[in-house]
Amino acid sequence: MTPSRAAFAAILGKDLRAELRTLQSLPAMAIFAVTTFVIFRFGLDRTQLSGDLASGVLWATLLFAAVLGINRLFVTEREEGGFDAIRLAPIDRSVLFAAKATALVIYLLALELIAVPIFALFFLDSVAALGPLVAVLVLADLGLAATGTLISSMAVNSRARDLLVPLVLLPLVVPLMIAATGATEPLLAAGGPGYERFGTWLMVLGLYDLIFVLLGYAVFDFLLED
Amino acid sequence: MYGKGLRPLSIATVAMLALSLSLVFFYAPLDADQGFIQKIFYIHVPLAIVALLGFVAGGVFAILHLRSGDKRWDAYSYVSIHMSVIFGVAVLITGAIWAKASWGHWWVWDEPTLVSFLIVFLLYATYYPFRYAIEDRDRQARYASVFAVAAGAFVPLNFMAVRMAQQLVHPRVFATSSGGLPGEMMLTFLCSLAAMALLWITLVKFELAAKSTSGQVKRLRRALDAPGPANRSRIAPEVS
Repeated sequence: MTPSRAAFAAILGKDLRAELRTLQSLPAMAIFAVTTFVIFRFGLDRTQLSGDLASGVLWATLLFAAVLGINRLFVTEREEGGFDAIRLAPIDRSVLFAAKATALVIYLLALELIAVPIFALFFLDSVAALGPLVAVLVLADLGLAATGTLISSMAVNSRARDLLVPLVLLPLVVPLMIAATGATEPLLAAGGPGYERFGTWLMVLGLYDLIFVLLGYAVFDFLLED
Repeated sequence: MYGKGLRPLSIATVAMLALSLSLVFFYAPLDADQGFIQKIFYIHVPLAIVALLGFVAGGVFAILHLRSGDKRWDAYSYVSIHMSVIFGVAVLITGAIWAKASWGHWWVWDEPTLVSFLIVFLLYATYYPFRYAIEDRDRQARYASVFAVAAGAFVPLNFMAVRMAQQLVHPRVFATSSGGLPGEMMLTFLCSLAAMALLWITLVKFELAAKSTSGQVKRLRRALDAPGPANRSRIAPEVS
């Protein structure tokens, strides 16, 4: 293994182990998501959802639950001196970006593994749409992880840490949400899943992922200098 | 050093604004469809173009700052974004007035350009709380530059996504390519665009000059309050 690969595996392993032992982020994200579904059930006064409403509820909930995890992503690095250790280590700094973004993708997938079936149980007639939905979820998670890691690493070094992530991240992910809801809406339509413009939206998601992964990789070096 | 050439630039800006406004009101023909209200187009569209270009310029200055580490580029980037946000407020207001006059509502969600602009504006509005939440000066400059670069990449992506989200694209009142405008309107439009661009440049220069002057004054004050040996020599040569 090259040093970068070894460092990547070490940081990612450390993060996942820490999360498994402390359970700081994931349970909170999952509980938040389920509670939000309940609030939507009464807020919208609907027991069944389909089409645009279903896709809006699902993505708004997932996004806000993701913000909780993104907020905490770098907290241990800051409080326990992880940033200094990475700076001292003879490795490429963008490895930290890659490892953290991968960890975030795993958290988000775990969150969706819990939240999406519960969403289907609460609101959907059939589960036929859940198969193709996986593709949308994975692509959206990648983009969310790239922007989230970038913003979180900056916000954690500021005074207004918990405030900055939602503030800056939400406008930044608007295109991602447009594409994700656009692809999900026909999937969750009342008469069974449709695929209207499905491929186009997946391409927009892929483009967003590509741009922000490359951008994060390119600028992350500057965030660790001190 | 930022104040150099400010006076001729200001005079040119005022002259250009006067020229373009007189063209708007006395030379450009009335639109057959919308009549007088269409003239806000000559203010609204140039403002929007200049604001967006200003955001892009902010991103380019930020890249220069990250590459060279020169604090001056960070000041350029900050002032560019600052001025473009102010122009952005004017864009949204004039856009709302135009929407009210031609479609009957202050805000229409099915006009992709307007919605995209709002999202871009909201993103750049978070530049200030983001920047000032970071205390360390160097880090603040670096993070702000990273923000400006990311936001610069976001602008075209956002326009694309919003445009695609429209079920049916609203009929464009003016074709975006120059082919859609008759000659007199085109001339007036280009004059307005030049005037707005000049206005933006002048205001940016003014703010930079004001910033550097107040920085100098602050340094001089500090030197006067605490006349250590190193500071004193900077004010005036010491006479022994």
